[in-house]
Amino acid sequence: MSDAVVVQDVVKRFGAATAVAGVSLSIRSGELFGFIGPDGAGKTTLFRILATLLVPDEGSARVLGEDVVKALWSLRMRIGYMPGRFSLYPDLSVEENLRFFASVFGTTIAAERERIAPIYSQLEAFKERRAGALSGGMKQKLALCCALVHRPEILFLDEPTTGVDAVSRREFWDLLGDLKAGGLTAVVSTPYMDEADRCDRVALIQRGRLLAVDTPDAVARSFDRPLIAVRSQKRHETLRALREYQNTNTAYPFGETIHFTDKRTDVSVESLQAELRTFLESRGFRDLDVKPTPPTVEDTFMARMGPIEDVGEGTPAA
Amino acid sequence: MTGDASIVAKDLTRRFGSFVACDRITFDVRKGEVFGFLGANGAGKTTAIRMLTGLLSPSSGQATVAGHDVYTESESIKRHIGYMSQRFSLYEDLTVAENIRLYGGIYDLSDQQIRERTDAMLSRLGLRDAAGNLVRSIPLGWRQKLAFSVALLHEPRIVFLDEPTSGVDPITRRQFWEMIYQAASSGTTVFVTTHYMDEAEYCDRISIMVAGKIGAIGTPTELKKQFGTESVDEVFVRLARPASEPAAARRGDGA
Repeated sequence: MSDAVVVQDVVKRFGAATAVAGVSLSIRSGELFGFIGPDGAGKTTLFRILATLLVPDEGSARVLGEDVVKALWSLRMRIGYMPGRFSLYPDLSVEENLRFFASVFGTTIAAERERIAPIYSQLEAFKERRAGALSGGMKQKLALCCALVHRPEILFLDEPTTGVDAVSRREFWDLLGDLKAGGLTAVVSTPYMDEADRCDRVALIQRGRLLAVDTPDAVARSFDRPLIAVRSQKRHETLRALREYQNTNTAYPFGETIHFTDKRTDVSVESLQAELRTFLESRGFRDLDVKPTPPTVEDTFMARMGPIEDVGEGTPAA
Repeated sequence: MTGDASIVAKDLTRRFGSFVACDRITFDVRKGEVFGFLGANGAGKTTAIRMLTGLLSPSSGQATVAGHDVYTESESIKRHIGYMSQRFSLYEDLTVAENIRLYGGIYDLSDQQIRERTDAMLSRLGLRDAAGNLVRSIPLGWRQKLAFSVALLHEPRIVFLDEPTSGVDPITRRQFWEMIYQAASSGTTVFVTTHYMDEAEYCDRISIMVAGKIGAIGTPTELKKQFGTESVDEVFVRLARPASEPAAARRGDGA
């Protein structure tokens, strides 16, 4: 399979700030690829470079075999880009927005009906409504429709699910799955770590650098030590007690459990578990559930992201 | 109301024309509780929050916030609550110290109070050396922690947090929740919205709004039991999308 995107040593600075600090990777044709990372990680800058809207300071990038700097005009007809900020015309109706984007690319809604039907069918009931009056999830669907209307060969979707509720997010990813099944290459960014599982491969990105590039499963499995989930009625107190445990490497709340790793790497999981339980019971905690748990992409992200950026003297107690 | 309740809402309703954004919602939030206010986009959360923060008058029903009536005492409500959101929290073109002073002034603190609390806050956050830095130059995670502290500067009885951790890295997100717990344990009521379903599990109680009504309310454990699910995420999905109903049929209303 050919590569739809090839990025080599890309660097982009804004004044003193380095937004992208040397990124290299390739994305295969037909892949649903995710950039996973928090705000400020460099996702948007990288997407703008790939969408031919920004020129990198160093390195190069090719999309669909063409250089993003030299071939920007021909590339723009072949790519679809959905920016992170809602960028449709709020005062135009759903249908007017779509008609406008179709006309910019020299086509019509009627000619593209088949292509956009799976998404447009969900919007059609509201086609007279002003885009600005749509709910978050529906705005994103309309934006996706507009990005698709000129039959791009590859889609760049920058944080399409940010600020969208958990259910609408699922629906949006279902749509992306359908597009992928139709053969489209889609590159998506998101700050929600749990969305990694919807991608074929992901790149974890933080402070302009890639922490990992692999399938979500392999990223999760690359976690380098046993992970133990502690379930306790008194979660917050348990968490504080774990902070005082001499063998604690990390202890983070994780949904209804606490994810714990031990400093020691040469002790069996069974012993770690037993010792942890003994410690917590000695602190008066009862009704504990202490057992190994498979690491998630988020666990790997936290393990690899390194210390929190420092801005003042010392780090905070929090 | 009992002396222990921070928020009491009874049949609180808001209509916009023929559209009922908030439809007779009834609930209460106890002092020092971490209350998660969940719901799909467009379910009516924002309307409810605007009524509870004294920014929007209800169409009918009753509510008191920190003991003040939402119809007649909205100015007192504003004085006794703190507010921060992901979208807007601090002025980026002001320094850290200037932001604190500005909010201190808005909430009528004395110069001495502002000095003392600024000092304590900067030490606590480890931001002493950054006091003179523009907020825009500070990493997002830090900004959110600072914004939360600033929202607590006037020692409000209730703090409203609207998606405070959106886009924040996973470690800072967890540190932020530590701060929420600290505030709650010192008696501040925390009313928080989030799209991170793992954070819903961190709340003492949650409510889930569905099409203008409160679809479910209880502790995360109670709700999971009630719906027979493993996670709050699944409860949310069940409520927000009743089985087999075409999603598009009910969506599209402005949030």
